[in-house]
Amino acid sequence: MMEMMDIKEDVKEVDEVSSSNIKSYTLNFGPQHPAAHGVLRLVLELEGEIVDRADPHIGLLHRGTEKLIEYKTYNQAIPYFDRLDYVAPMNQEHAFALAVEKLLKIEVPERGQYIRVLFSEITRILNHLLNITTYALDVGAITPSLWGFEERERGMEFYDRVCGARIHSNYFRPGGVAMDIPKGIEGDILDWVDNSLMRAVEDIETLLTENRIFKQRTVDIGVVSADDAMDWGFSGPMLRASGVPWDLRKAQPYDVYEKIDFDIPVGKTGDCYARYLVRMEEIKQSVRIIKQCVENMPEGAVKAESNKITPPKRVDMKMSMEELIHHFKLYTEGYHVPAGDTYSAVEAPKGEFGVFLVADGSNKPYRCHIKAPGFAHLQALDFLSKGHMLADTVAIIGSMDVVFGEIDR
Amino acid sequence: MAFAKIVESFFLKEIVKGMALTFRSMFRPKYTLNYPFEKNPLSTRFRGEHALRRYPNGEERCIACKLCEAACPAMAITIEAEEREDGSRRTTRYDIDMTKCIYCGLCQEACPVDAIVEGPNFEYSTQTKEELYYNKEKLLANGDRWEAQIAKNLEENAKYR
Repeated sequence: MMEMMDIKEDVKEVDEVSSSNIKSYTLNFGPQHPAAHGVLRLVLELEGEIVDRADPHIGLLHRGTEKLIEYKTYNQAIPYFDRLDYVAPMNQEHAFALAVEKLLKIEVPERGQYIRVLFSEITRILNHLLNITTYALDVGAITPSLWGFEERERGMEFYDRVCGARIHSNYFRPGGVAMDIPKGIEGDILDWVDNSLMRAVEDIETLLTENRIFKQRTVDIGVVSADDAMDWGFSGPMLRASGVPWDLRKAQPYDVYEKIDFDIPVGKTGDCYARYLVRMEEIKQSVRIIKQCVENMPEGAVKAESNKITPPKRVDMKMSMEELIHHFKLYTEGYHVPAGDTYSAVEAPKGEFGVFLVADGSNKPYRCHIKAPGFAHLQALDFLSKGHMLADTVAIIGSMDVVFGEIDR
Repeated sequence: MAFAKIVESFFLKEIVKGMALTFRSMFRPKYTLNYPFEKNPLSTRFRGEHALRRYPNGEERCIACKLCEAACPAMAITIEAEEREDGSRRTTRYDIDMTKCIYCGLCQEACPVDAIVEGPNFEYSTQTKEELYYNKEKLLANGDRWEAQIAKNLEENAKYR
C-alpha cells in the first residue's frame, strides 16, 4: 500500500515539471552486464539516451593483492601476478621478476631472456585477440569472437606446454624462467603463427576493418587527443592510438627487446577505431618479434646460475648435500633481497604495467605497489563518453580493454 | 577514386566480402570437440589434481619434510608427522584443501622426493565442498590411480627440471 502511494506522489511530481525540462535519470550499468567486461559498475546519468556523466564504481574484485604480497616470500608472490590481469598473465610476472632482479642485481642468461620475450609476445597476441573480438561482439559482430577464441586456445596450448597451466602460469621467476621450454615447441609456435594465427587475423580484418556497421559504431567515438591522453596517464594502445609513439619496449628496452627489430604502430585519430587498428597491427608486430626470438634463441641456461636465488637442478639436489640445503632454504625461507626500492615497468598488452617494490632486507617485500594501466584508462571514461549515446559507452569500454583483475587488484 | 568508392559502397562491397567469408567457413573442417568423449591432448607438465605417490615396493614416498606446506602460497596443505614403529618418519596427516589451492605447482617443485605431484586429472568436480577437503587416503588413492601417467610425465620432464 505504501509503495502505491509513493508511486502516485512521484507521478504528481513529474507532472509538475514543465515538459521542456526533463530530469536526467540515473542508470546502473553492471556489475552483471556482459558488456561491462567483468565487474564494472557504472552509474550513468542519462539525458534521454545521451550520457551526461559516467561514474565507474570499482572495487568489486578487490582481493588485497598488494597487502597479501607483503606476507609472502618473493617466489610465492608470483602466482598473484597471474591473477591481476588474467588475460595477460606472463607480462605481469615479467614486471615483478624484473623488479626483484634489479634489487638483487642479477643477470638473466640470454636464453632465459629470449624465452621471456617470446612468451610476452604470445601473451600480447592472446590479449589483443580477446580484446578485439569481444569488442566486436560488444558492437554487434559475433563471428570474430568465435574465430578469435579458437586461435586463443591454440596459443594457450603453448602456455600449457611450458608451464602446465593454460592461464595461471607461474612461469617467469626472478632470475629467469621456471623450466626450459620443451624441445620442438619452437617449430610448433612458428607453424601456429604462420598457418593458423595469421589466417584468422586476416579473416577478422576482412570482417571488421572495412565493415560499415563496425565503422559506424567506432569511428569518431570516444576521441582522445594526444594531450588528453598524456594528462590522464594513458599508456599502451590507448596512448599510441592518439598519435604518441611511446612504447616501453623501445623507450627503455628490457631483456632482449633492444636486439629485436620491430615497429610501433601509431594511430592518428585517437578514436575507438584507431585503437582497434593499433591493436591489429600490434598482433602483426608481435608475430615479427616471435619469429626473431625463435630464430635467435641461443642454447644455454634459462635461469641465473646462483643457488642462493634459483633452485638447483633436481639431479644435483638429489646427489649433493650442499644443493639439498640450498633447495630447502629456497622453498622455506626464500631469498633475502637487499634493502632498497625500485620501479620496474613492462609494456603489457594494455599499457605500462609497473611494480614498485620496497625491500627491507628480509625475505618478503616490505611494500609492493602495482601500477595497472587499466586503472588510468577507466578513470577517463567520464570525459570519453560524455555526450555520446548509451550504446557508445559500451564501444568505449570495449576499446579501452579493461580487465578488473588488475584495476581492483 | 571517389566514384569507385561510391560504387563500392552502393553495392555493399565489404559486407558481401564478409558474407562470402563466413559462407566459405561453413565448409571448413570443424574444430569443436565432443567433450566427454573427445579431449585435447594435455601437456606433460599439466598441473591438475594432486596425488601422493608411492615407491614401487608400496612404501609411501612422503617423508613429512613439510617443504610443500611451507612453499604453498595459499596455505592449503596441512601436515602432521610422527615417528613410525620402524623408526622412519612418515605423515600421520596430509590434508590439502582443494578449494584453497591455486594450482601454482610450487608444492611439486619443492618436494625433494617427488611424493606430492599435480597429476594429469582435471575432472574431479564434486557435489559438495566437503569432498574437496582431501586427506591422505584420498591423495594416496589418486597416486595409485594415476601412477602410470605421472611417472611417464616426470620422466619426460626430468631433463628440464
